[in-house]
Amino acid sequence: MQSSLDYFGETHHILRQTVARFVEREVKPFVDEWEEAGEFPRELYRKAGEIGLLGVNYPEEYGGSPADIFHEVVLTEELTRSGSGGVSAGLMSLSIALPPILALGTPEQKERFIPPVLRGEKVAALGITEPGGGSDVANLRTRAVRDGDHYVVNGSKTMITSGTRADQVTLAVRTGGPGHRGISLLVVETDTPGFSVSKKLRKMGWWASDTAELSFEDMRVPAENLLGEEGAGFYGIMNNFQKERLYLALMANTTAALALEESIKYARLREAFGKALMGFQVTRHKLVDMATLVEVSREFTYRIAAKIQAGENMVKEISMAKIFATDICDRVCHAAVQIHGGYGYMRECLVERLYRDSRILSIGGGTSEIMKEIISKMML
Amino acid sequence: MKSLVCLKQVPDTETQIKVNPDGTGIVTEGIKYVINPYDEFSVEEALRLKEKFKAGEVLILSIGPDRATEAIRTALAMGADKGIHISDESLNNSDPFVIAQALAAAAAQTEYDIIFCGHRAIDDDFGEAGAMLAELLKLPQVTLVTKVDIADDKTKAIVERDVEGGKETVEVPLPCVLTSQKGLNEPRYASLPGIMKAKKKPIDKKTAADLGISPEPKLRSNAYSMPPERTAGKKFEGMEPPDVAKAVVQALRNEAKVI
Ligand SMILES: Cc1cc2nc3c(=O)[nH]c(=O)nc-3n(C[C@H](O)[C@H](O)[C@H](O)COP(=O)(O)OP(=O)(O)OC[C@H]3O[C@@H](n4cnc5c(N)ncnc54)[C@H](O)[C@@H]3O)c2cc1C
Repeated sequence: MQSSLDYFGETHHILRQTVARFVEREVKPFVDEWEEAGEFPRELYRKAGEIGLLGVNYPEEYGGSPADIFHEVVLTEELTRSGSGGVSAGLMSLSIALPPILALGTPEQKERFIPPVLRGEKVAALGITEPGGGSDVANLRTRAVRDGDHYVVNGSKTMITSGTRADQVTLAVRTGGPGHRGISLLVVETDTPGFSVSKKLRKMGWWASDTAELSFEDMRVPAENLLGEEGAGFYGIMNNFQKERLYLALMANTTAALALEESIKYARLREAFGKALMGFQVTRHKLVDMATLVEVSREFTYRIAAKIQAGENMVKEISMAKIFATDICDRVCHAAVQIHGGYGYMRECLVERLYRDSRILSIGGGTSEIMKEIISKMML
Repeated sequence: MKSLVCLKQVPDTETQIKVNPDGTGIVTEGIKYVINPYDEFSVEEALRLKEKFKAGEVLILSIGPDRATEAIRTALAMGADKGIHISDESLNNSDPFVIAQALAAAAAQTEYDIIFCGHRAIDDDFGEAGAMLAELLKLPQVTLVTKVDIADDKTKAIVERDVEGGKETVEVPLPCVLTSQKGLNEPRYASLPGIMKAKKKPIDKKTAADLGISPEPKLRSNAYSMPPERTAGKKFEGMEPPDVAKAVVQALRNEAKVI
């Protein structure tokens, strides 16, 4: 069941097979265990790195494989097909942590901080959100004060994906005055004295990905770890969001597609009042509604991806895609649980997890409300 | 070590196969195609031989319509060096004899120390092409191979093969034809760098005329049909266990005729 074949060529098909097989062999058999454990083995990063999955669309000189946006689409979709948003989010935390390094870093910084992550030897995280607020990035409070060759960092971050075991965090800090011009990005190695994981957070969904609260006490970070100029951080963060929103829209579409597929299977098998659920018109119509939402959302997201690929500015449209996809995902997962009845509420049922995993998608990477603020500024 | 790997593109094992309405073949629309799994073992083994000898070549040979390039490209992405794609209407859907003749003609135009075939293709399940190819090339062959060791001087192979309930080890001079069986190895993934590199690897397209053959099939398929639909099972209820056991045995013997 593949649509818009024209976006995908031979290399995309082969990559899809590779990722699907990787998921089938290395992820699916263990997913339930990892979900319960609240993390997956670090080994998985290395396994994915070995076959180049972490380096999609990174320059060859840093150990990546130049590709196009639809290779990224394929990777995101097939990882999400594992049925665990957490595995996908945790394994790919580099996809939000590395782009600022690539965009703002010096060749030396890129050489230091990118290849080990693409090989899966080191784990990278992005630290922006603070206990005091996530949406209002321009007002973040973690402070970095220059002291000779170092910055002395004090403050805290929260809800950081891969935060409990990251080796490096691309950290948003305030080096200057108030507002977005005072924000800079530092790459922090987590063995730096003063860095600590204050809490491993327990979540509604995305169980297989570890999420942490981080605290920094007089943490001395070499000034050479500053990305770009002081004050360039806000730009680096915003620039990053475009792709993150695309990935989240893709995760939403795929999560919804899985929920739909599960529901179709279940409606064929489950009987009530002497016939299969599929025998009830109300069920069939519900499934059609779900399928329509998935189809429309997927096609729209693909179209925006193609335009991003062509170099068009799609900030408004990708924000729309994220709102739409994450909303239909919530609705489709809700309907999927309903079709499954009480079983849909049980842990052993995939749609139960999809329902929980769906909820973060309209919050992370910028909430739907923030998306609407962005769009309204651009169109009104 | 130069290996020639014969490879077929087949419907994915998870594809639901349907026979077309006039019973002349299967419905091809919407089918996802993959490398025949046994041929994937061949590709992997050939790559390992090349790595072991730190020299040589892995050449992929496939017969099929245009879509088969994707299967060849996948093998190139795994690490094979070159492909030959024999694409000719007269060869599509033909019998194993025609396929073996085309493979033999193509093989004659190349250099190899060893030829790998899958021991069968999972779509039509003939399991004949490899054996016929060996005959046509007048080469020794070993079927159902699960382990391959090549002597350092590349004059012979020590090969393990499946036999009922065990293994047989045989020695065979090179060049030869080996047909791969499950258990031979665990095929590697086509890595992303491999996939991108494979774009630039050459695939040589050939027709029957290029091979100088105009083969006549020996078989003609008359009809395809689906196995009968499974009927509902029979329930034995409301009986004491010993009576159930008796009734089930009776049913298995007299109705299902399986014991
Ligand atoms: C599982 C998970 C993983 C995460 N991973 C990371 C990570 O790796 N790195 C990272 O930095 N962060 C991460 N986050 C944090 C995430 O980015 C934030 O939760 C998100 O940006 C929202 O910030 P907040 O939670 O502080 O909510 P707030 O900003 O406090 O918002 C609360 C509510 O107010 C609304 N609101 C805020 N401002 C406005 C406005 N101007 N107009 C209208 N409504 C408004 C919001 O939409 C929301 O509904 C993660 C979160 C979760 C749950």
